Amino acid sequence: MDLRFGVQLAIIGLTFFMLINASALLVLAERKIMGFMQQRYGPYLVGPHGVLQPLADILKLLMKEELRPKGADKWLFTLAPILSVTAAFAAFATVPWGAETTLFGLLDEPVKLGVADINVGLLVVFAITSMGVYGIVLAGWASNSKYSLMGGLRASAQMISYELAYATSLAAVILLAGSLSLREIVDTQASTWFGFIPRWYVFLQPLGFIIYVIAGVAETNRAPFDFPEAEQELVAGYNTEYSSVRFALFPQAEYINMATMSAVATDLYLGGWHGIPLLDQYGLSWVTFLLKVGAILFGYIWMRWTLPRYRYDQLMAFGWKFLFPASVLNLLVTAALILYFNA
Amino acid sequence: MPEVVTFYLLAGLAVVASALVIGQRNPMYSVLLLIVSFAALAGLYIQLDAPFVAVAQIIIYAGAIMVLFLFVVMLLNVPREEPLPTAASLLGPAGMRIGAVLSVLLAIEVIWGLSRLGKAGFAPDPQEASVSSVARIGNALFTQHAFAFEATSILILVAMVGAVVLARREH
Repeated sequence: MDLRFGVQLAIIGLTFFMLINASALLVLAERKIMGFMQQRYGPYLVGPHGVLQPLADILKLLMKEELRPKGADKWLFTLAPILSVTAAFAAFATVPWGAETTLFGLLDEPVKLGVADINVGLLVVFAITSMGVYGIVLAGWASNSKYSLMGGLRASAQMISYELAYATSLAAVILLAGSLSLREIVDTQASTWFGFIPRWYVFLQPLGFIIYVIAGVAETNRAPFDFPEAEQELVAGYNTEYSSVRFALFPQAEYINMATMSAVATDLYLGGWHGIPLLDQYGLSWVTFLLKVGAILFGYIWMRWTLPRYRYDQLMAFGWKFLFPASVLNLLVTAALILYFNA
Repeated sequence: MPEVVTFYLLAGLAVVASALVIGQRNPMYSVLLLIVSFAALAGLYIQLDAPFVAVAQIIIYAGAIMVLFLFVVMLLNVPREEPLPTAASLLGPAGMRIGAVLSVLLAIEVIWGLSRLGKAGFAPDPQEASVSSVARIGNALFTQHAFAFEATSILILVAMVGAVVLARREH
């Protein structure tokens, strides 16, 4: 009993540790991939091939002076980055990242890899990520700067608009799986069709997957939807007035949100930790999971350095006039087909 | 005992935050305190074994609705509420009297309701205990309460049309 409790605590700690490191690794990956895409090496001096660059970045940010504009709201200015990063970490709480395992026979009963497994897990992820917008909005308002305020306003408008399409594309998967628990949704994708096509929902929901990914990019404020921090128009948007650790928390929250978004996409559409039978045999299903998440994250970064930013009105028109109707249509067709085949 | 401790913590948080919502001069703080109050309510729902209601509370109230509130407050950018002259000059003596009567009535109602609850006790009915099931809530919503559900959607549609009409008049 005690061992089990300890293992569960260790899994929680490990999840936290992985998320912190994910943000550091993503900074490095982003700069390296950007470099290669622009035919240069990227960071190269700190450590072999520049792999220790994130460490140097963090040290630099820690050494900086923390500034606060004179007219800024004392409490909310400090609260905003904390809120951002807390929501980012908390959203991962119900995301499972591996099959049940006995840790190579160490335990009598298998333990679930993931912080918490509850029956409305998917909704919890959605609820907490939607709380993350407060961090950005408050940062924009509390800074008492016009650029920041515009960034904050854009963030809230964008997140409200894309949350609709995002949630509607999720609903289609919920219909297919008949469950709101992420672990159950993954387990319904375990087997294969005709013995070789994995039973992943991406094959049943290709449109839903595309909508999810696009809305996910907009929700995490990544290029080509990075309007809250559009450099050419807003200097740096909502985080213009921030420096040092307070500043560092915003990109950290963004990278963790990217990781959460990719992990949820893997669980919902790409069969979670199923797919490589050899790894399943040795209880290493989480390696499969990490590979898939890594592939989606690479796509994220690839997109950022390939596509130029939209215009703000185009973003709103695209969200409301195309993406949302498409996701509603997808949901209706899915529901009708399920009724037809189950009747 | 831990249930009692968390109940009083969450209930206290909800009450204090709600009271501070009214007490704030800065509308931005009011909005944020209201979010705290909603979040505390969601915690109470979880304690009542209704995680779905709790998550819906967060998504709809603390998430969607309060973001809109925040949006409006930010757009108006009112740094502080203007202090009203006085309640008396605004309402007039008749209004004050009606307000007084209404608040007494509200107080009586609350006390009456609470005293009845005290007799009934808080023990949940084991038959009704599984409110947590999303399927059960869905079934009840689309069969038993289908009329109320549809009526609500029409009400919301009316409100939306009204908002569009009001917004267009400005042009």
